[in-house]
Amino acid sequence: MEFPSDLYYTQDHEWLRYDQETETCMVGITEFAQSELGDIVFVEIDELDNDLAKDDPFGTVEAVKTVAELFMPVSGTVQEMNESLEDSPELLNNDPYGEGWIIMIKLSDPSEISQLLSVDEYAAVAGS
Amino acid sequence: MSNQQTPLHSKHVALGAKMMPFAGFDMPVQYTGIIDEHMTVREQVGAFDVSHMGEVLVTGPGAFEYVQRLVTNDAAKLVDGKAMYTVMCLANGGIVDDLLVYRLSENRYMLVINASNINPDFEWMMKQNTTGESLENISDEVGLIAIQGPRAFETVSKISPVPIDDLKYYHFIELEPGSFFGCERAILSHTGYTGEAGLEIYCDASRTVEIWDALFEAGKAFGIKPVGLGARDTLRLESGFCLYGSDITTETNPLEAGLGWLTKLDQGGFIGREVLARIKEAGPERKLVGFVSQERGIPRHGDTILNSDGEEIGQVTSGTQSPILHAGIGLGYVTNQSEYTAPGSELNVQSRIRSFKVQVKRPPFHKEG
Repeated sequence: MEFPSDLYYTQDHEWLRYDQETETCMVGITEFAQSELGDIVFVEIDELDNDLAKDDPFGTVEAVKTVAELFMPVSGTVQEMNESLEDSPELLNNDPYGEGWIIMIKLSDPSEISQLLSVDEYAAVAGS
Repeated sequence: MSNQQTPLHSKHVALGAKMMPFAGFDMPVQYTGIIDEHMTVREQVGAFDVSHMGEVLVTGPGAFEYVQRLVTNDAAKLVDGKAMYTVMCLANGGIVDDLLVYRLSENRYMLVINASNINPDFEWMMKQNTTGESLENISDEVGLIAIQGPRAFETVSKISPVPIDDLKYYHFIELEPGSFFGCERAILSHTGYTGEAGLEIYCDASRTVEIWDALFEAGKAFGIKPVGLGARDTLRLESGFCLYGSDITTETNPLEAGLGWLTKLDQGGFIGREVLARIKEAGPERKLVGFVSQERGIPRHGDTILNSDGEEIGQVTSGTQSPILHAGIGLGYVTNQSEYTAPGSELNVQSRIRSFKVQVKRPPFHKEG
């Protein structure tokens, strides 16, 4: 299973692509998460433009078999969501680290980045 | 405790299936993905390993009377080569299991039961056997492959030693010993759990791999694919078929589950008849209905069903996203009032994450009308 080394990860199987300059990060779910969920049929983001704390729920991913809540990996504002997921939720299955990104967060406390998991730490969590 | 494996276990692993414990077996949930596998069965042909199902042979001079007392449907309607769907009930009308009854001959029947119930069912059957019929649990000796979809008959025809084109729904052929991949026991049955035409192939456990391979060779031209338990569930739910453990349990009776058509109160006296006769006369207090989401939302087992005033009137027992309708579908029990049970009734489902409108619809959900 693929876990790109330039990303940060969480225990909840989310990945983050952090841009230090703008203090923003792109967030999605990992290959492991999409494979566990199976065919994803819709993604709903409830908290666009809201200021949220780390671990607050910001949306849901619903698959044929099950539903999973999405939690903020860091504190900040949900600046943008991936509009393509509205019509093509399967992007989460097909390209979890690229076209299947979910939201863009403007961090309120960039120091939180240091609490995230490295690729090796995450690979251990995902059991590979 | 380690899980039992079906004869096809190594095939599933080699095919890259995601495996999961189910009813004490290590079973394939999916290979390519639930939606892809689902569409394969609706449009082409899919192969399911359902060897985990249980089979019990009933043999003896009183076999007919025994079966007739055990199940709610009327075994007198069977002839050799004909099968029926039925349930067996407790004395209080609760459902012990749903099953298929095959009449092999006048004094010999095969009962096909759910994997999760093999042991309790067999115990229950033994307890009812007051006339000394022979009851044999042959579950471990029998492999079972379901071939389902519009190209299923063409696929199986290629490997069948006998013609099957005229095999009617709920009819079966018991093949001569040795005539089908050397099986001592083999049955080709026009039955299934998908709502498509198809066959269920009972064979010797030791020959199952060989037959599976031959079926994939035969079905190659028709686009045959393996299908896991995930799509088995979405297919049966689109067709509105009950799942034991979810839609029917010992806490539900066949009349409220919409299985009145297989509850033949006048068949001569089955276990549970008295209670079910009283329920039929009074009308069941709740009823299993089917429904389709009218807005974003997938009903799930355990969700609450509300009426338009927001009052709780029932519970979802099965739910999923229909790959054909691209909408949520479900089954659930609601208070037996026509404003809740009539097709077209508007209800609400309260799920873990949202509340959404559903409309009552008589299954199958994936077909118009």
